Amino acid sequence: MPNEIKKTSKINRRSALLGLGTSAGVLATAGILPGSLGFAQAQSSAPIKIGFQKHATGIGAAYGRWYGATTDAAVKRINDNGGINGRPVEVVVEDDGTDPGRGAEVLEKFANQHNCDVAFGTLFSHVVIGSAPRAGELKLPYFVVSEGHHVASGGLNRYTLQPGITDVKSQVISMAPFVADNLGKKVTMIFPDFAFGHDHRDFFSAAIEAQGGEVVAKIAIPPTETTFTRYFPSIPRETEVIYHVMVGPAVLTFVKELGEFFGPNRPELFGFIDSLEAVDIRSSGLEFLEGSYFWEGMPRHVQADQADYEKAYRAAVGVNERGASVDDEADVSTYAHMFGCWETLNIIKAGMESADYQGPQDRTKLIEAVEAMTDMPASEDHPQGDKVFNGKTHQTFGKQYISKVTDGRLVVEHTASIEDGRYEDEVDYTTQSF
Amino acid sequence: MSKAAKSNALHLAILALLFALFFVLPAYHVGAFSRIMVLAIYAMGFNLLFGYTGLLSLGHAMFFAAGMYGFGLGISQAGFSVAPAFLTGIIAASVLALVVGYLALRTAGVAFMIVTLMFAQTVYLVILYFGEYTRGDEGFVIQSAQRVFFGIDLTTETARYFTAFVLFAICFLWAAKLIQMPFGKRLVAIRENEERARMLGYHTDSYKLRALVVSGAFSGIAGASYALLFGYVGASFSTVQYSIFPLLWVLLGGAGTTIGPLIGVIFMFYLIDISSSYTTAYMLIAGVVLVLLTLFAPQGLAGTLRKRVFPWLP
Repeated sequence: MPNEIKKTSKINRRSALLGLGTSAGVLATAGILPGSLGFAQAQSSAPIKIGFQKHATGIGAAYGRWYGATTDAAVKRINDNGGINGRPVEVVVEDDGTDPGRGAEVLEKFANQHNCDVAFGTLFSHVVIGSAPRAGELKLPYFVVSEGHHVASGGLNRYTLQPGITDVKSQVISMAPFVADNLGKKVTMIFPDFAFGHDHRDFFSAAIEAQGGEVVAKIAIPPTETTFTRYFPSIPRETEVIYHVMVGPAVLTFVKELGEFFGPNRPELFGFIDSLEAVDIRSSGLEFLEGSYFWEGMPRHVQADQADYEKAYRAAVGVNERGASVDDEADVSTYAHMFGCWETLNIIKAGMESADYQGPQDRTKLIEAVEAMTDMPASEDHPQGDKVFNGKTHQTFGKQYISKVTDGRLVVEHTASIEDGRYEDEVDYTTQSF
Repeated sequence: MSKAAKSNALHLAILALLFALFFVLPAYHVGAFSRIMVLAIYAMGFNLLFGYTGLLSLGHAMFFAAGMYGFGLGISQAGFSVAPAFLTGIIAASVLALVVGYLALRTAGVAFMIVTLMFAQTVYLVILYFGEYTRGDEGFVIQSAQRVFFGIDLTTETARYFTAFVLFAICFLWAAKLIQMPFGKRLVAIRENEERARMLGYHTDSYKLRALVVSGAFSGIAGASYALLFGYVGASFSTVQYSIFPLLWVLLGGAGTTIGPLIGVIFMFYLIDISSSYTTAYMLIAGVVLVLLTLFAPQGLAGTLRKRVFPWLP
């Protein structure tokens, strides 16, 4: 009986599915069907899975939230433009707790549980360094947005790349010419007494000396410190510039106490905006920063010469002209860093398309494709500005911005060129085997 | 079957199960169990002090970190190969435990908790202070080429799992043996009534110090194993968070039981692993579960099993 039914039936389950599939394929090719069905022209319409190692909790949560918003916006734009190789992009989010131990576990989840094609998005250096060995062992391309020097220093492996944001060494040395020429040559550095602060201390000391300046005092603040006044008498009277890179919740206290100590007769102040990411520069207690200078990875406040691509990026990530959420003015973004997620995702897309990436078997082709990249002109894909990627060191180099706090706004005073931030290669990852 | 025979059979069965899991678990869970076995060594060390001796340390991360940095710096600074670096890690943790114990055991109860917490904070700050060697809060990587033991590449999943398994098995059986020996029974006597143990003629201070050193050595083995198998050495492993974790594992699994630490680590690992996929408040979930267990199973999972079903459970 069943055989007879099969013979006489015009439409059975298999032919119905075949018909539906064919129809969908035709419609998708014609661009009629919306959403994921519209990607069906690719060899496989399965989504490209990108594991997003997010600092959703822990000390990096403020960054993680904005890295998440930027990632969502970038992926939406990529998908709206046809995805990668005609395939939609799906982001798999896992919280690493801003903890290196958990970070490594999260990479294992991406590789072995979610079957992600790549991992991406990590900011905090200790999480990157704790996770990178596992990325190498799992053969999982790991695109970090950390600005740490750990990638270019050669301490990691061929599977770890940082193509979307410059590193701290490049940032710091590119600041030295401006500081020496415009603010003063005798610098006192105040920095947190751990690796991040030590990087600033070491890189800037050498860079300012190369500009004919000198660091007259290096004041390391223990990481557990909550009050800072007792350190300020150590600042030599000859100091012309105070270079500060304090981070963490005590930074507002630091600025307030610095203001109380100096009053109106202060030396020039130069800091890294890392201290005040996600903090409104007009916050009570920060009045002392008026007239001081900050490094910015990307100008938080809209500038007079705003480019169209920057305008489009700002709108896409939902940030207003003061760098706060368009939905909540009190919710200030991490604008100086989060562009790295946007640009990194566009680089992953470009790399996959260049390598004709089809699946995990092509991961090494993807890495080689990214290693082959060099110039990345400013555009909607790279709204922060021009960049040059060094495939040997897996590190990108780009423009840096120095802004002055003027009437509660960060106004760009100087743009450091890519060349200002270049340094000798410290590793050649392309010589490492996969 | 005697109580001891049942106990031995249970331990061997658990080891057989862990051995077999490698062949049946999906890749992700094989990696997870490699990590679980390493952390269970740490939990067993904590359990020796807390569960069997009755001393609650809130600074055990310092011993884990001592093992980790002893191994890591042995490799990176002294140029040791795996075996001597691993031994350095164990010695570093043991010596630290001896020094801390000599000073901290002059206190008891809450004061002991606070003193161990302070020592751990000191160790954390020392790691940051010597950032030139330790890379401070960032930590450093043990490169794959440095993680080779007698020609075996320990970065492969198979080698990692079975190295973790062998180390766990040694510590597991050693801990089980230790508590059956007179030494272990005297620790339990101290936990139950230190005054009585002293009146019976036991030098309780000496036993407590030895317990702390053994506990520190276990923690050091775990720390060195972590660095060896996962290739990272970092200061975050010496923070308060990593002192609280073994307490949670042991409380959940069952303090004063040999299998409790392993159960606690498995339970906690998967509780966080699964709940973090649904909410960022996963530590709240862990906290609620801990409160519920404290209310309804105050002796932990294995402790409750021992009380209600298997009274022979070691």
